[in-house]
Amino acid sequence: MGSGAATNTRKRSFWSVVSGQRELILMSVPLLLYKVLFSYVPIGGWTMAFQNFKPAIRTWYKQQWVGFDNFVKLFTGLNGERFIRDIGNTLAQSLLTLVLGYVCSIVLALLLNEVKNIGFKRVVQNITYMPHFLSWIIVAGLVSTALSVPTSGGIINTVLMGLHIIDTPILFLANPGYFWGIVAGSHLWKELGWNTIIYMAAITAIDPALYEASDMDGANRYQKMWNITLPCIKSTIVILLIMSIGNVLEAGFEIQYFLGNGLIVEKSETIDIFVLRYGIQMGNFSLATVAGMFKTVISILLITGANFISGKLGEEKLI
Amino acid sequence: MKTKNLDLENIIFTTLNTVFLVILAAAMVYPLLNTLAVSLNDGMDTVRGGIYLWPRIFSLQNFRVVFHMDTIYTAFFVSVGKTIVIVATNLFFTSMLAYTLSRREYIFNKPITVIFVLTMYFNAGLIPNYMLIKNLNLLGTFTVYWLPNVISAFNLIVIRTYIKTIPESLIESAKIDGAGDFRVFMQIIMPLCVPTLATIALFVAVGSWNSWFDTFLYNSSKQNLSTLQYELQKLLASTLSAGGAQGGGANSAAQSGASNATTPQSIRAAITIVAAVPILIVYPFLQKYFVSGLTIGGVKE
Repeated sequence: MGSGAATNTRKRSFWSVVSGQRELILMSVPLLLYKVLFSYVPIGGWTMAFQNFKPAIRTWYKQQWVGFDNFVKLFTGLNGERFIRDIGNTLAQSLLTLVLGYVCSIVLALLLNEVKNIGFKRVVQNITYMPHFLSWIIVAGLVSTALSVPTSGGIINTVLMGLHIIDTPILFLANPGYFWGIVAGSHLWKELGWNTIIYMAAITAIDPALYEASDMDGANRYQKMWNITLPCIKSTIVILLIMSIGNVLEAGFEIQYFLGNGLIVEKSETIDIFVLRYGIQMGNFSLATVAGMFKTVISILLITGANFISGKLGEEKLI
Repeated sequence: MKTKNLDLENIIFTTLNTVFLVILAAAMVYPLLNTLAVSLNDGMDTVRGGIYLWPRIFSLQNFRVVFHMDTIYTAFFVSVGKTIVIVATNLFFTSMLAYTLSRREYIFNKPITVIFVLTMYFNAGLIPNYMLIKNLNLLGTFTVYWLPNVISAFNLIVIRTYIKTIPESLIESAKIDGAGDFRVFMQIIMPLCVPTLATIALFVAVGSWNSWFDTFLYNSSKQNLSTLQYELQKLLASTLSAGGAQGGGANSAAQSGASNATTPQSIRAAITIVAAVPILIVYPFLQKYFVSGLTIGGVKE
């Protein structure tokens, strides 16, 4: 009797809270349903991975169910060779981009920090930030021009020939050996300046007294960089590195899609392009869905791992 | 002696550092300047090569051709319209939700926050998303440009963090005067958020202006819904000589370009400039804000 009354009050109070907050609910719940529709409902599409999906069959459960056949197909035979090659390309391109981007942006931040002329520093910063805002289409176009033969505006060949490093133009986009470097280089060009922002902010936060004390001890420029600046921004470097682990299967898309071609496909095709070719262009929705699932699951595992490591190191958790 | 050495070392380092940074800045800015020079140079002359920073035979013909292509003309307006609608809907809905999630007393605060934040870390993938858009009958519509982008989880957190810094007393006194939550949001929160919203608006606008994949994936069969970036992409695909694997193929833009004494290369340069100029115009405004925007983003609960 008594407990029934208590439940009743709790119930009544819940509903009275709900009615008191009905405006907040009206302002947020429709947006929640919207988000569920656009971000969570598509996960239901993963059932395509277990079907031999035919778009012509409109009723979902009437599709032919094939169990794990598509998973086997993705990793065996010709598809398997292609997909495993594409995983390799994705990892190689994104790791190369990551390492090159990290080292260069830290070095650039250190060099910018040594510039005493504020005006010059600001000009260099603003120019190097700018490519970040250009679209990848534009960047892909600029890269393809820069890498072409001198008569088409290929500045890289022009410079290399001008310096007598090479005698004939290099056909960068026809030789698979260069492609990973091209991907990493394009990312470097677009994001180098932008990536220094966070290091510059970290460097600004360093206590000047540390530098003054080391001046007294007669430390030179490089000793100060190595023993003060780098250790002070170490935690920024570490946290950014951990955060990027989750994105290691994101090698970018546009450079590979636009500049990749038949001659260099063995080095240029990534998982994203595999999904696009099999799914949208060849209509093999099921196989493409499995490939996409593979990527999402690995990414989630990596992010969870990164989150765990981040917590262990006493850094802020990412989620 | 010691100080002399130090001075010399200092001069050498500063010189080398300055030279390096100048070369770096030149490498960043050269491709765009070169594209500008090519776009302002006579098309047939460009083919001979040797255009670097300055047009050899000045001509506005490339831009005249570009602006006379119906495809580019419509694409420009679709790009502008799409950007305006995305910025307006995204800012309104994201900040409205951010306000509700900033209310500590709101009972669904936690679950809604978690559901949105999780979407930053996973994605169902290309094919399931495509099938959803297809099943909603949104293929080949203008709606597909903005509807899936009404809320971004990252901006949601940024705006919520900012709203939480607004003194509670402002909101309470409005409520005592009888204002409901929606009115508080519209008349108190929105005006106070203008600096943050301006920053976010610029970033959303740049993102929308630069996007091409939505056009490619959902609207490639509708010429009247094409965007500038997508037209540029088609042109890029057709001018890349080795691009045998590309889907674009020969397209009307390149052909109509060739018939007007210009070349695909020059037309491409002109469209690149048309697509880049709006970004370069907002850039000074952007850079005033983006450092603060980035640091706000770092503050997360």
